[in-house]
Amino acid sequence: MFGSLTGFDGGLFDELRRLQEEVDNLFDQWPAITGVRSISPGTFPALNVGATPDRFEVYLFAAGLDPRKLELSIQQNLLTVAGKRELPVNERASYYRRERFAGEFRRVITLPEDADPDRVEARYRDGVLHISVQRKESAKPRTIALN
Amino acid sequence: MAETKEVATRPADALQPAQSARPEVVLRPAADIFEDDEGITLQLDVPGASKERLTLQVNRDRLDVEAEARIEMPTDIEALYADVRSTHYQRTFALSSELDADKIDASLKDGVLTLRIPKRSEVRPRRIEVRTS
Repeated sequence: MFGSLTGFDGGLFDELRRLQEEVDNLFDQWPAITGVRSISPGTFPALNVGATPDRFEVYLFAAGLDPRKLELSIQQNLLTVAGKRELPVNERASYYRRERFAGEFRRVITLPEDADPDRVEARYRDGVLHISVQRKESAKPRTIALN
Repeated sequence: MAETKEVATRPADALQPAQSARPEVVLRPAADIFEDDEGITLQLDVPGASKERLTLQVNRDRLDVEAEARIEMPTDIEALYADVRSTHYQRTFALSSELDADKIDASLKDGVLTLRIPKRSEVRPRRIEVRTS
């Protein structure tokens, strides 16, 4: 789930059960990879990773960031995104809820081995950071001709 | 090439769980809420949402916020890992009568929705001067 730790106002157990079902379903349906560097859900920013035959696509759901202050690096197949989300505090106001993440964050994403660290593109739009990493040519499936 | 599509409405999409009888998964956006003399401000994280895909509804004392994230994704993508399994944001807030829901000001920037709800002018706190004789 994305977002809040203070989560559920009502129907807490229903919500948790539903969530559990969802997770169970997920593991049934997909060969979901749990990397050694993976972090528990709820960590900011939430991220999705997908693969096409040519590229790996990484989506970080990170609203309200200054893209110039983002630090992106890739070392072989290890993609690191670090930054800081500063939420200005209104001194004259009284706060009822502060669920939104504030402060420094760092997420390390282990991509499959054939990620090409030399061909990475990133853009930030509507609060989503999309990083595209090309796959190495040599790792693509090839047809072998039979003689 | 990448093409734009609405992930939530495509059950076949690789990053979405298969559609079933269960209700659609709804994301509950994290919110900050604070109050000052002029009114209440709500800030919600709705990454991926754009102005066109945002619905705000006020019904008596209920404020419903709905938004749809739209993320460009190649059609042949396969999911490797997913924290986010829906693109539908929804959250409801209870307002109170001293707030002027007709005058809500909403703005959306980089996936952060800011709602400013002013207090009715007659209930704004007034500073009371103490006269000394």
